[in-house]
Amino acid sequence: MKLEVTRVIDDEGRVLHPEREPALSSDELRRLYRTMLLVRILDERMLRLRMQGRMGFYLTSLGEEATHIGAAHALRDADWIYPAYREIGAALFRGYPLGTFMCQLFGNSEDPVKGRQMPVHHSVKRLNFVSVSSPVGSHIPHAVGTAWAAKLQKTQDVALAFFGEGASSTPIFHVSANFAALYKVPAILLCRNNGWAISVPSSGQTATPTFAQKAIAYGMPGVLVDGNDILAMIHVVREAAARGRRGEGPTLIEARTYRRGAHSSSDDPSKYRDPAEPKEWERRDPIDRFLKYGQARGVFDAEFVAHTRQEINREIGEALIYAESRPPKPPLHSLFEDVYAEIPRHLREQAAGLEAEIARHGEKVPPRG
Amino acid sequence: MAEMNLIQAVNDALRVEMRRDPRVVVLGEDVGRFGGVFQVTVGLREEFGADRCIDTPLAESGIVGAAIGMALYGLRPVAEIQFGDYIYPAYDQIVNELAKIRYRSGGEYAAPVVIRTPIGGGIKGGHYHSQSPEALFTHIPGLTVVCPSNPIDAKGLLASAIRGEDPVIFMEPKRYYHKSRADVPEGEYTIPIGEAKVVRSGSQVTILTWSAMVHTALEAAQKGEAEGLDLEVVDLRTLVPFDEAAILASVKKTGRVVIVHEAPRTSGFGAELAATIAEKAILHLEAPILRVTGFDTPFPYTLEHEYLPDADRILDAVGRVLSF
Repeated sequence: MKLEVTRVIDDEGRVLHPEREPALSSDELRRLYRTMLLVRILDERMLRLRMQGRMGFYLTSLGEEATHIGAAHALRDADWIYPAYREIGAALFRGYPLGTFMCQLFGNSEDPVKGRQMPVHHSVKRLNFVSVSSPVGSHIPHAVGTAWAAKLQKTQDVALAFFGEGASSTPIFHVSANFAALYKVPAILLCRNNGWAISVPSSGQTATPTFAQKAIAYGMPGVLVDGNDILAMIHVVREAAARGRRGEGPTLIEARTYRRGAHSSSDDPSKYRDPAEPKEWERRDPIDRFLKYGQARGVFDAEFVAHTRQEINREIGEALIYAESRPPKPPLHSLFEDVYAEIPRHLREQAAGLEAEIARHGEKVPPRG
Repeated sequence: MAEMNLIQAVNDALRVEMRRDPRVVVLGEDVGRFGGVFQVTVGLREEFGADRCIDTPLAESGIVGAAIGMALYGLRPVAEIQFGDYIYPAYDQIVNELAKIRYRSGGEYAAPVVIRTPIGGGIKGGHYHSQSPEALFTHIPGLTVVCPSNPIDAKGLLASAIRGEDPVIFMEPKRYYHKSRADVPEGEYTIPIGEAKVVRSGSQVTILTWSAMVHTALEAAQKGEAEGLDLEVVDLRTLVPFDEAAILASVKKTGRVVIVHEAPRTSGFGAELAATIAEKAILHLEAPILRVTGFDTPFPYTLEHEYLPDADRILDAVGRVLSF
């Protein structure tokens, strides 16, 4: 079987399919561009911090920015986003403050998740951007359950789960897709096929030529989209959301993109892939393509681009100063909070034990070496 | 009051809570049209509709995973896992997601899901319909583990679980689904989670137990009485958080402890109780703490009554702690 790859613009930003082109105002175009550029620059700067040892871990989405920012734009703010760990653009698009973003990376006293998770595991409830879980695919049924609850409560909200193509091999992906289609819930299962699951190429996950075609077996539409074309992303996610709101059920979207960076800051892709491959994908860079599109529409002039870059760099610098000057640790007692709604007897006892220990021996420092 | 067996009491709790709170939904395999393989959810679909009493596909991970997503959105899902033996496909969802979502989100999100599942043997179910996996959940921070033994506690504790803000693993002793009968308060009724109950007061030995083994321990105490023994039986009812004060009070009174559970011995919850007693009341003990448990084998089919702790095995242990 053959699925068409949905595109709106070509690699040079020229419109191929005006009938799919979302009608976006100049302000919306600028906001999209700005958020993509923000993620790009943020990733570079944060990775550098990691290399300098100022941060424990980082994950970039270099080359995949259009997938999450396009999807976020296509949704309403009330719709729920269940991210994997490479979609921070969706939260930033919705207004996640950079200072808070960095406090999470440092796990410091102002980290909203109180230093309990590794960097990049954000949780932003007021933006309906649900807490990130490291195990791949495990959040997909939650999006299905949320969409199901929205349907039962007739609220018109949809829930979108982002996941990589590697997650499509997990049992929970199949179970979730089956549940979603069976109950016709307004869920969008958005598979970012970025070519690599750490060191395994996408061809090592499945015998099928596409991931989108798996939708057919579950009884839902499968859509293949150029994930480096933000306008195409907006088009397909809008359609999927509209289907969900009309009560027609879920959609599986495979966004074809490419992980140009490493899996994480702990990974070295030179050990398993040809460096020519990411190079090749630079030609289809989602930001460059969108820039050319906006320039052709007369929205992105040279001054806007330069000014945006400058503004982003300044904001990142300010956020970094802010985050690095916060007390480095959350309060000791927070270790025992939020395990349960109220701290039970045994945890109160353990907390008292730790506090007494620290009072006796002083603050903990990590062992050397 | 109305006389009910355990099945009817759980059904009543579900019905009362579903009437009280429209956010409560029940989901699981065969729970709708059929009313569950043990008939626990009978009549709920008729009263509340297919949207609130949901027959799911055969996938425990999906049942729990979807329930988590529903709870995050504001519903109060009560998931049924048909047998405790089939909960393992959902274990990742329970351990890595359900138990951690509040903590890992800095308290932003909570998933108050109740997972009901029948446990225990004695029903000729072999090792895939007889396991007692409660200890696998007591080791997971974030979970509350409730193991009632009788209809009154089952109703009151399930209602509390549904109303609470935390995820609860609610394990029902299937061997006593029909056999355990009691006058159960009608209408809204709750029992606080985390409180043990002295179900038989005695002075010589404390028997700590829960779930189906409460009945076996009471039988042993009764048998012992004929031999002049005065045994105290404490039904823990909740394993996490367990009622340490009640346990220590009983231990200090009797000075002798036998812990009884049906699950295998090694790393069973009895070990946690024994350690706690040793840490906090060792000087009150007159004898070693003994455990009477299932063996460290898979649960057998034909020899299940050889496997299961019974009154004789408990009384042997009682004799050993008394003669120490």
